[in-house]
Amino acid sequence: MDIKDVENLAELAKIDLNEDEKKQILKDMGGILEYVKTIESVKLDETKLTYDTYNVWREDKIEPQEFSKESIIKQFPDKQDNFLKVKKIL
Amino acid sequence: MIDLKNLTIEKVHESFKSGEFTCKELVEEYLKVIKEKNTELNAYLEIYDDVLNQADEAQKKFKDGTATILTGIPFAIKDNILFEGHKASAGSKILENHVAVYDSTVVKELKQQGAILIGRTNMDEFAMGSSTQTSAYGVSRNPYDTSRVPGGSSGGSAVAVAGDMALVSLGTETCGSVRQPASFCGLVGLKPTYGAVSRNGIIAMGNSLDQVSPFGKNVRDVEIIFNALSKYDPMDSTSISPKSPKPSLGENPLSWASGKSVYKIGVPWHLFEKGVDPEIMENFKKSIKKLEDSGCEIIDIKLPYSKYSLEAYYIIMPAEVSTNLSRFDGMRYGFSAEGKNLAEVYMKSRGKGFGKEARRRILLGTYVLSHGYYDAYYNKAIKVREKIKEEIVETFKNVDLIATPTTPTTAFKLGEKLDDPVAMYLCDIFAAPANLAGVPALALSSGKDKNGLPFSIQFMAPHFCENSLFEIGKKFELISPDVKSGSRPKGVGK
Repeated sequence: MDIKDVENLAELAKIDLNEDEKKQILKDMGGILEYVKTIESVKLDETKLTYDTYNVWREDKIEPQEFSKESIIKQFPDKQDNFLKVKKIL
Repeated sequence: MIDLKNLTIEKVHESFKSGEFTCKELVEEYLKVIKEKNTELNAYLEIYDDVLNQADEAQKKFKDGTATILTGIPFAIKDNILFEGHKASAGSKILENHVAVYDSTVVKELKQQGAILIGRTNMDEFAMGSSTQTSAYGVSRNPYDTSRVPGGSSGGSAVAVAGDMALVSLGTETCGSVRQPASFCGLVGLKPTYGAVSRNGIIAMGNSLDQVSPFGKNVRDVEIIFNALSKYDPMDSTSISPKSPKPSLGENPLSWASGKSVYKIGVPWHLFEKGVDPEIMENFKKSIKKLEDSGCEIIDIKLPYSKYSLEAYYIIMPAEVSTNLSRFDGMRYGFSAEGKNLAEVYMKSRGKGFGKEARRRILLGTYVLSHGYYDAYYNKAIKVREKIKEEIVETFKNVDLIATPTTPTTAFKLGEKLDDPVAMYLCDIFAAPANLAGVPALALSSGKDKNGLPFSIQFMAPHFCENSLFEIGKKFELISPDVKSGSRPKGVGK
């Protein structure tokens, strides 16, 4: 991994980093990847892997919720006429 | 004057019923200790302003006969558990001033029973850490030695109970975040079976691992809280419904209900060959000897895949973190940075809002999920996880419980391991198998080291066999009377 990889990951994850932070992350990632990489050496036989997870569905019904629209709108960092206001997208 | 250090939930309940003291009198005692100690220990980030009203409401339940065992019991809750109308920041700057718009299911349950929620406690940012040092709101300190960490990520909840600033508390676990601070602070901590307690209204970190987990000063208190909170919740799709197919893994072939005289306890000695403090090993061996002397059968077991638990965890968890934390974008709540356009608002809000460890894990997760690395890391890790689960379930066909030390060291100094992420991660090496396999685990105190810092032993049980943990925990308390909750940290509480 090099500094370009860090920049690419930061761009994908939408996290602004300064030069020092990038260098620090690169160093930390090196250590962590070195550690977790031992997983590659684990030998797995081909016996069954039973994934016991399953989907849980519910009907798409309209039900009253206890939280109010106002309490949610109140937390918007920026708003206009009760709508969330964001910067220009294009 | 109430003797806070020797209180239990049942004692308090009896005292409320007999009128020895009122809900308000008890909570006022705790508020006094908080006023005295919290500036130094930083267990609480906030004391709720409606605590005394809550106490009055609880008292009414005793008058009108609707009181339950938890009515009037003072709880501290971790800063990632939503309580409507109150702040919940998950220890992060990006959620500063975020106010919960609804109650988490666990809070709703506690409110219904009239428990008193004193305040929200400090934690590692987004529950990422093992020492409560990554919080955006300062470190918490261990009441046994204030130059040391209380463990983490639920450090504040542990300090609140160990420092007699609450009778009991709730934390959350993703990998040892309750058992490890319970260990460092001389408490009992339970990580319930995955799916046993609702996570609705908990700020998530790793969805396939997270569980709400209680702290107490003794096994019985933790048992009471677990029994109150463990119920099916349709709002959490991982909550286990009585109707849903039980994971086939959950059947313990050995019946506990009959009150057995011989407990078979498996010990994976081969996992402790490296990296465990000699003093910890010595204490653990003593504990095992005590169990053996009291009639338990100790069996040497092998868990070859569990050896890789922490490596698998540090791939799976960051992957889940990187997707989970994408919702924090500076748009709808919390911290928002100025930017020229939308992309810049995202970049800057997340860049400034997340601390070091959160950024590290988000990037690591993004990496292990990215094209070209997915198979080598993430895919391999989930396969290893399945093997760990399988071997643990297989082991429980021969033993009732698995015992290990809770942590490889006792509480370490503040500042230590902060610049060495892997050293910090290794704190949770014995915690990881239970979270990855989804089985319940209980940590409880097993004595003190030469500096007076608590040791801890951990028991794991098969899925949905929390009762086995409570039984062995109470037995262990009886055979190790010197380690019970009586021996509190010096100078704390009354």
